[in-house]
Amino acid sequence: MSKLVIENVTRTFPGVHGGAPTDALVPTSLTVADNDFITILGPSGCGKSTLLRIIAGLDVPTSGRVLLDGVPVTGPSVDRGMVFQSYTLFPWLTIRENVCFGLRERGMPPARQQEIARHWLDKVGLTGFERHYPKMLSGGMQQRTAIARALANDPKILLLDEPFGALDNQTRSLMQELLLSIWESDRKTVLFVTHDIEEAIFMASRVVVMSARPGRFKADVAVTIPHPREYTVKTTPEFSALKAQLTEQIRVEAIKVAAMPAQP
Amino acid sequence: MKPLVPVSRARKIALGIAFFVVFVVAWSIATFGGFVSRTFLADPLTMLAEGWTLFAQYGFAKDVAVTVWRVLGGFVLAAAIGVPLGIAMGAYKPIEAFFEPFVSFARYLPASAFIPLLILWAGIGETQKLLVIFIGVFFQIVLMVAVIVGSTRRDLVEAAYTLGATASGIVRRVLLPSAAPQIAETLRMVLGWAWTYVIVAELIGASSGIGHMITDSQALLNTGQIIFGIIVIGVIGLISDFAFKWSNQRMFPWSLA
Repeated sequence: MSKLVIENVTRTFPGVHGGAPTDALVPTSLTVADNDFITILGPSGCGKSTLLRIIAGLDVPTSGRVLLDGVPVTGPSVDRGMVFQSYTLFPWLTIRENVCFGLRERGMPPARQQEIARHWLDKVGLTGFERHYPKMLSGGMQQRTAIARALANDPKILLLDEPFGALDNQTRSLMQELLLSIWESDRKTVLFVTHDIEEAIFMASRVVVMSARPGRFKADVAVTIPHPREYTVKTTPEFSALKAQLTEQIRVEAIKVAAMPAQP
Repeated sequence: MKPLVPVSRARKIALGIAFFVVFVVAWSIATFGGFVSRTFLADPLTMLAEGWTLFAQYGFAKDVAVTVWRVLGGFVLAAAIGVPLGIAMGAYKPIEAFFEPFVSFARYLPASAFIPLLILWAGIGETQKLLVIFIGVFFQIVLMVAVIVGSTRRDLVEAAYTLGATASGIVRRVLLPSAAPQIAETLRMVLGWAWTYVIVAELIGASSGIGHMITDSQALLNTGQIIFGIIVIGVIGLISDFAFKWSNQRMFPWSLA
């Protein structure tokens, strides 16, 4: 059964100061199956974040629609968890309170909230930091908390918008392994937006490549490397071949982007 | 000295005190040295002696208490109405569109110019004093709170929405806690202004308070008492400022670096 269906979604941003409107997305369609891990790979400014925001219900498509389990998306909701590129933990709440935010919002008994928070903080390796404030934690730890916070809500699909983009390379690799191991144990449907080719291949069962603006899907590449994957798969011939193939795809688009005027 | 290089705590305190010393020394030289006539400026010792006389013989403590009461009364009244209104304006754009133009206009109405009208309407009693302070700080509080709440980080609001927050949940659990430290900081600043307005209110048509004492002393050319009164205001302002800072740090530990 298909879970998330994106049907001919387009998004046009009105021109600023009388300028011409910008097409961020031209008719874009995608079907995400249950338990899939899909990465959307594209050059910066290709509209991949716009698409993810539309799926999350934070932005409205100009035309087309998004369906989750057959129900059209009309706004943000608990069934679509989101992890942002910027650090969006609530700075006035402790790590545990952050993870419990959604649970408390729906009126879950505190004891049950604590139990779920304990489970997810353990999964992301933050046991012992429950009472810390976000500011006291590193960027990687904050993003791990953000993942725990989104998953604690038990969404039908987890949306991630370049969540590791601001992290250093080593931390980023560890975060990829962590997210992948969580997916391998839970098989929660994941849609992950990135511009990092290695990241896209390592975690995904499918890599969808997006073109330069206006964004559309130009390639859909299955990654058949068996699970569980260790970081060592990054050096296998199979991985390298995929990387070479996607590098070519992305390079063409990046060249187009480089020739474009900057967008506001 | 290199730009922006921090100083140690001990040195910072020493430097801060040093300027007070320099100030008093300069004042002493000017007055004891005979460079400035006693008629226009009392020397520091006379000022202290006059201050003692004020407390010992003229019941100045009561004046101080009355002034503090007026400041707090007007300030609390303005904050109690201004903060909720500012929050509503910051959170809900139609409410902002309704009030903002008028509040922006009213902000520039000088509170001191209202004193004659307020005396006409409310007499020279406490109501008039409270109203002067209220007019002086209310509109400022409303506007500043509205801006603070309105500038809440959008990504935090969006994150809350994806976690299932409702519209009222956004206000209660994101806008309010996010704005709280800055609102408290704004109130600390505004309390300082309330002190300016209370003295203005007391200079005209008052029978008690620090401002009233200052006008009385002016008639007697007693510069020592005037300066003492001004210093008392400064000291109380400093104390309330410290108290506010301290309680803000206690209430919002997460907002500290």
